[in-house]
Amino acid sequence: MARMKFICDAERCIECNGCVTACKAEHNVPWGVNRRRVVTLNDGVAGEKSISVACMHCSDAPCMAVCPVNCFYRTDEGVVLHDKDVCIGCGYCSYACPFGAPQFPSNGEFGLRGKMDKCTFCAGGPEANGSEAENLKYGRNRLSEGKLPACAEMCSTKALLGGDGDVVADIFRTRVLNRGKGSEVWGWGTAYGKPVQTSSAAPANGAKK
Amino acid sequence: MIARALVLGAATALALSLAACGEKPQTMDQSARKADAEPWTVSDAANPAFRAPGWKDGDQAAWEQQIRQRNQAQNDYAR
Repeated sequence: MARMKFICDAERCIECNGCVTACKAEHNVPWGVNRRRVVTLNDGVAGEKSISVACMHCSDAPCMAVCPVNCFYRTDEGVVLHDKDVCIGCGYCSYACPFGAPQFPSNGEFGLRGKMDKCTFCAGGPEANGSEAENLKYGRNRLSEGKLPACAEMCSTKALLGGDGDVVADIFRTRVLNRGKGSEVWGWGTAYGKPVQTSSAAPANGAKK
Repeated sequence: MIARALVLGAATALALSLAACGEKPQTMDQSARKADAEPWTVSDAANPAFRAPGWKDGDQAAWEQQIRQRNQAQNDYAR
């Protein structure tokens, strides 16, 4: 079973905002709501780095833990989704999220009663897959069409990788080995936990590898 | 007559004052959230024109294979 994850390669991101545009266009996200955005660190300084940030669909999602009405759920593919019919728009998830993913629109189709809106990994919501109701509330369900998130598939430099966690991690690892730098993956540890040191990963002194 | 009214009044007052003692259950309704379908199960409401070719409705293995293939499209070292 695939475990869906995002990786943003800061060495490749050119701050074009193509991912932001792709997301907005794919899901008809209204003005004032950004499910995804590009953040630039040390903007204007030589060596600045940009990363594309959205809901990371955390392994142990803080939003799920704090929701007072239990509107969140995690699919078997590891995608964190929520039911807008249950959400009361309290904003607790917004305070809990380390990535600033939850958005609270106040108008338009998404804004009815101030429901929270966030990246769905292009997996829609609890309504019937690909239905009009799902599209209006959550946007397009690309996963049920056999596709990956629009932001990752549209990324021109392939800085943003989205899909099965093992596969995207392998792709990223190959890049790092080839270029010899840029192994930092911002947000990966926060979202999916730090890698666990096992006995096989750390051979005892004198052990030959 | 007056005694009857007093008894009736006392009974009403007692009933009203005890009404606050009844507490509504405050446990969360687990059934409020709707269940979601698996991504490889396509509903009749979906437009088939948007579906990526190469996999069959309801076939989990074919869907996973399709996702793996699309994942490799992001790997420019494998092209």
